[in-house]
Amino acid sequence: MNGKYETHEHDVLIIGAGGAGLRAAIEALAQGARVAVVCKSLLGKAHTVMAEGGIAASMANVDQADNWKVHFRDTMRGGKLLNNWRMAQIHAQEASERVRELEQWGALFDRTEDGRILQRAFGGHSFKRLCHVGDRTGLEMIRTLQDRGVQMGFDVFMECAITRLLKDGDRIAGAFGYWRENGRFVVFKAKSVVLATGGIGKAWPITSNSWEYTGDGMALAYEAGADLMDMEFVQFHPTGMVWPPGVQGILVTEAVRGEGGTLRNRSGERFMERYDPKRMELSTRDVVARAIYTEVKEGRGTEHGGAFLDISHKPAEYVKRKLPSMYHQFLELADVDITKGPMEVGPTCHYMMGGVKVEAETAAASVAGLFAAGEAAAGLHGSNRLGGNSLSDLLVFGRIAGLAAAEHAKKTSMPSADSGQLEAAEREMLAPFERKDGESPYAVHSDLQDTMQKLVGIFRTEEDLRSAMIEIAKLKERSQRIAVSGSRMFNPGWHLSRDLQAMLTVSEAVTRSALARRESRGAHSRIDYPNLDPGWGKQNNLISIRGGAMELRQTAVLEMPEELKLLVVEEKGAA
Amino acid sequence: MPEAVLKIFRGTREGGKTAEYRVPVAPGMVVLDALHHVQKHDAPDLAVRWNCKAGKCGSCSAEVNGRPRLTCKTRMDSLPQDQAITILPMKAFPVIKDLVTDVSWNYRVNRKIPPFTPRPGAEWKFSQADIDRVQEFRKCIECFLCQNVCHVVRDHGKQEEFGGPRFFVRVAGLEMHPLDGLSRTKLLKDELGIGLCNITKCCTEVCPEGIRITDNAIIPLKERVVDDFYDPVLRLVRKIRGVGKAT
Repeated sequence: MNGKYETHEHDVLIIGAGGAGLRAAIEALAQGARVAVVCKSLLGKAHTVMAEGGIAASMANVDQADNWKVHFRDTMRGGKLLNNWRMAQIHAQEASERVRELEQWGALFDRTEDGRILQRAFGGHSFKRLCHVGDRTGLEMIRTLQDRGVQMGFDVFMECAITRLLKDGDRIAGAFGYWRENGRFVVFKAKSVVLATGGIGKAWPITSNSWEYTGDGMALAYEAGADLMDMEFVQFHPTGMVWPPGVQGILVTEAVRGEGGTLRNRSGERFMERYDPKRMELSTRDVVARAIYTEVKEGRGTEHGGAFLDISHKPAEYVKRKLPSMYHQFLELADVDITKGPMEVGPTCHYMMGGVKVEAETAAASVAGLFAAGEAAAGLHGSNRLGGNSLSDLLVFGRIAGLAAAEHAKKTSMPSADSGQLEAAEREMLAPFERKDGESPYAVHSDLQDTMQKLVGIFRTEEDLRSAMIEIAKLKERSQRIAVSGSRMFNPGWHLSRDLQAMLTVSEAVTRSALARRESRGAHSRIDYPNLDPGWGKQNNLISIRGGAMELRQTAVLEMPEELKLLVVEEKGAA
Repeated sequence: MPEAVLKIFRGTREGGKTAEYRVPVAPGMVVLDALHHVQKHDAPDLAVRWNCKAGKCGSCSAEVNGRPRLTCKTRMDSLPQDQAITILPMKAFPVIKDLVTDVSWNYRVNRKIPPFTPRPGAEWKFSQADIDRVQEFRKCIECFLCQNVCHVVRDHGKQEEFGGPRFFVRVAGLEMHPLDGLSRTKLLKDELGIGLCNITKCCTEVCPEGIRITDNAIIPLKERVVDDFYDPVLRLVRKIRGVGKAT
């Protein structure tokens, strides 16, 4: 690498400072590695901070019959058996220990009567399993991890955006990026890189996700030659705010239903009886989202096109204590007092089950030296994630990724990327400044969001998905003609021009995968193929780059050992 | 649709001035929505920090009509409709560009604070009543509005000898954790300059999380500092009994 750029050298480079990235950093530091954490925003503002309901772990503090096997079975069933079974097993086995560890680092969860961590009910979980702090569990988690990591001494590069992964032959050599504050380029040399960049919700207009959720890690991995998996599975959370327009999509935690909230349509009917009479409001998210969508589409929705979610039958003090941020959110943003009346809610794009394909034991991607954890990685959740399994995912696989990345670094010499890669990365970033009379990145982003909402939403058809492929191709062309004005200093338009490339890549991967999967499973609902297909139940879709173009192929779902198969089918212990 | 006029600061460390933008106002719109509208249609390089747009991350702090607020929680219909809305960056921090300020001082202060240190042999059981007050402190979303309005920082510029309300809240959360075994009173007195606070409660007033910063965090911590360093009788008693937290 040449001396033209500000350069930093570390054993392990972690991209993203949410729960997965911070937990990875803590583990890599514990292994003695020199660790850098790079994040697009300020430290402590990553999307984890918005997580509300809790961390799923079978601690059995409330329901004593709970154990990892039931958690494993719930996770596999929630994902319609498309999950990487080994990830689901490790996750269920280790989640409790990871939660206890957080407590020992200073996190303060709500308590049971006898002084232990309190757990609440959530959709698809057989027992009360979610360790929580009111409805701000994510804040507690990120602050605990952040303080721990800072104390242990990682180098943090805040408001720094990575635009390219660098390679030395077939292995990872680091990353190229820029400082948002001044627009200057920066090179990170590293033996291992962990992608902990989260999801892709910003490709849809109605989303619970923050501006950072533009699929960066998935696009970076794809461009570096790694495989992506299960990209068709995008979770629409059943309950986002629908009114007023400015707040559309903001999350209404599943904890409202966990605490006893009911869903009704405009005529007061508790419609979940028709969709899942056994689990009702605590059915899995895919089922509840489709139910609300269907009620609205068939004319039984509320005034603003949603369903009523009501918790006002509980004592006002209880609601304010267990759901404080929901109480304030509705009071301040929608003029609704949720202790007195119902909320209006509808589906909002929330979570990406797909992502970088990784090994269960090491979180290693298919490129040497590259690792991924959390929402950026695929496998744990299969075709649909259960609420609460995301925060536990971050802790369990964040730790595994940090450990494996540090171990990889110990066995490897410092790689080196040739200057050609750096110069190409620089040229790519500067191109939008050099174009005159090009399009605004905001206009292309809006059109991408409209395309994804209209054609690649909750319910999909062959015709819509084919139209989406054509639209995305046009948008990709337009994105090559984007022009950016102003200076390189803290320039959101410039930044969006790069995020947009990632969103387009991931949107294409989602659409291609959705087109291929001719069945309905979990979060992927095809109107033209409404049933589960046993053949597709044995296949994961893979996306990778071949000769500069996107290629789709299938790989066999990993075969579960017999004893785990028995766990998944037997009914014993189910609620 | 009615229209609002925004006067937004445009500039850098070297200086700048407000520029006017017109924005259509939709029902329930917040100031951050208006800023996004300006970015999308008029000024794609307008620098604004934001993340969640739901009052949970504390990124979008600014001074709206002279009042420090989270722009994501400030409804347009809560502001006077007949005059321009002025949006300036937080005053206590150096401007980077437009509404984005350099808040790195806060991260430097945070590093001075020793972490949660469980007492040896602590049993991990405690009741909800024991942690209610600590959970209040842990609601802090680090929007730094309290730091911004604190006159010790804002008017007197004593950043180097003062921690600010945010970090008194953080220390209170550690000190009052039922299992913490470390005393941070010396740090409060010497490095975080808690004595400089003269409890005007400006911080409490602007806290979007409603944390009673002055009453519940700062005053009890001041009392602990007094007990540890300025009360000779208590010092003597502690010395004889050998109780109290390790320092």
